[in-house]
Amino acid sequence: MHELGITQSVVDAVTDRLGPSPVRRVRLEIGRLSGVVPDAVRFCFELVTAGTTLEGAVLEIDEPEGEARCRTCGTAFATSEVLPLCACGSADVEVLGGASLRIREVELVAREGHPGDVRGAEVD
Amino acid sequence: MCATCGCGGDGVRIGEAEHGHGHGHPESVVSDDGRSGDQSHSRRVELEVDLLAGNDALAGRNRRRLDAAGVRALNLMSSPGSGKTTLLERTVRELGAEVPCAVLEGDQETALDTDRIAAAGARAVQINTGAGCHLDAAMVARGLDALDPPPGSLVFVENVGNLVCPALFALGEHARVVIMSVTEGADKPLKYPHMFRTADLVLLTKVDLLPYVEFDVARWVGYAQRARPGVAVLEVSATRGDGLDGWFDWLRGLVTSPVTSPVTGSVTTAGSPPPPPAPG
Ligand SMILES: Nc1nc2c(ncn2[C@@H]2O[C@H](COP(=O)(O)OP(=O)(O)OP(=O)(O)O)[C@@H](O)[C@H]2O)c(=O)[nH]1
Ligand SMILES: [Mg+2]
Ligand SMILES: [Zn+2]
Ligand SMILES: [Zn+2]
Ligand SMILES: [Zn+2]
Repeated sequence: MHELGITQSVVDAVTDRLGPSPVRRVRLEIGRLSGVVPDAVRFCFELVTAGTTLEGAVLEIDEPEGEARCRTCGTAFATSEVLPLCACGSADVEVLGGASLRIREVELVAREGHPGDVRGAEVD
Repeated sequence: MCATCGCGGDGVRIGEAEHGHGHGHPESVVSDDGRSGDQSHSRRVELEVDLLAGNDALAGRNRRRLDAAGVRALNLMSSPGSGKTTLLERTVRELGAEVPCAVLEGDQETALDTDRIAAAGARAVQINTGAGCHLDAAMVARGLDALDPPPGSLVFVENVGNLVCPALFALGEHARVVIMSVTEGADKPLKYPHMFRTADLVLLTKVDLLPYVEFDVARWVGYAQRARPGVAVLEVSATRGDGLDGWFDWLRGLVTSPVTSPVTGSVTTAGSPPPPPAPG
């Protein structure tokens, strides 16, 4: 279950960078070829965020596919598999991308009357 | 658990040593790029943070330290019981006089493997991960502190038996060796592609048992090559001794070759041929 540690690193990164502001939403990117299972991250998220500024936050996960190109017939296609087969039957396929594992965006709860306040600034 | 480094108040223990690395996670791994949100009552912050960057940075630090000491390190990964420690015992006994060997043993619990290596005649330090199912770069940094490998030595890092998790976590190793035994079935490279696709060497062990199990070696080689095109492949028996000369030659090649695989082997794109250490 490396997803537990991965999820914990989401919480650490957000609290390290954004301090005590409550978090409303977190958007992650977990590529289909990253070796990390989004459902396992969702499962861990509730556990790991309890008692932090991320408690109750909505978790959104983008799951980009990889891009495959067959070296035998030249066909390009999207894939969710690490070792895809081309429709032509060839296994000699180059795969690019789809392995990302990162935080994209965080939405913080801003105070009333300061909808556009700047990042990190504590507004009274 | 401390999740940036994964090392954990959840009970990671290194030899007799204390948990003392002070949780100094590198500050530079994240960069935020804020912008003001336009929705009322909330603001959005773009935060491009690579979730493995913390571990990769520590792995890079391990690698620089190993390079400075002229030490080469291998990350040995396999499912539980495939024969890692048996192979290392034999390696320490037969190669140790020529190339100094030291071992970091990763297991959830016990120092049994460390005791076996010590009995075979090499310096060894146990890393117990407790609940953890893989080693990470922070654990290895602490293990190296305790091991203090001599200059010019080979450090074998025996990862926790697991064909899934360890694949994601670079340790600072110069080469990744994936080991599997003939009783596990020839299809494993396709079933666990994350593990095999970053291997520098795939080693099949317990070949002395081939007469008793159904295992098509040629098919297995094909699967390993599909997972990692061009990968070096060896077949050995650590108990009977088959193929060990090839393994020792491969290790000699690693010691003398100019380096080697990238530090962050964790999430690479598949298909780039490995940098095989020139055998012999
Ligand atoms: N027949 C045969 N048995 C072997 C060979 N290598 C290891 N074994 C046996 O396999 C079992 C497991 O060996 P270990 O070396 O402890 O395996 P390991 O991979 O270190 O195990 P963990 O550290 O627990 O994951 C032991 O009973 C060994 O004697 C081999 O080449 N041939
Ligand atoms: Mg062992
Ligand atoms: Zn895992
Ligand atoms: Zn094709
Ligand atoms: Zn793990």
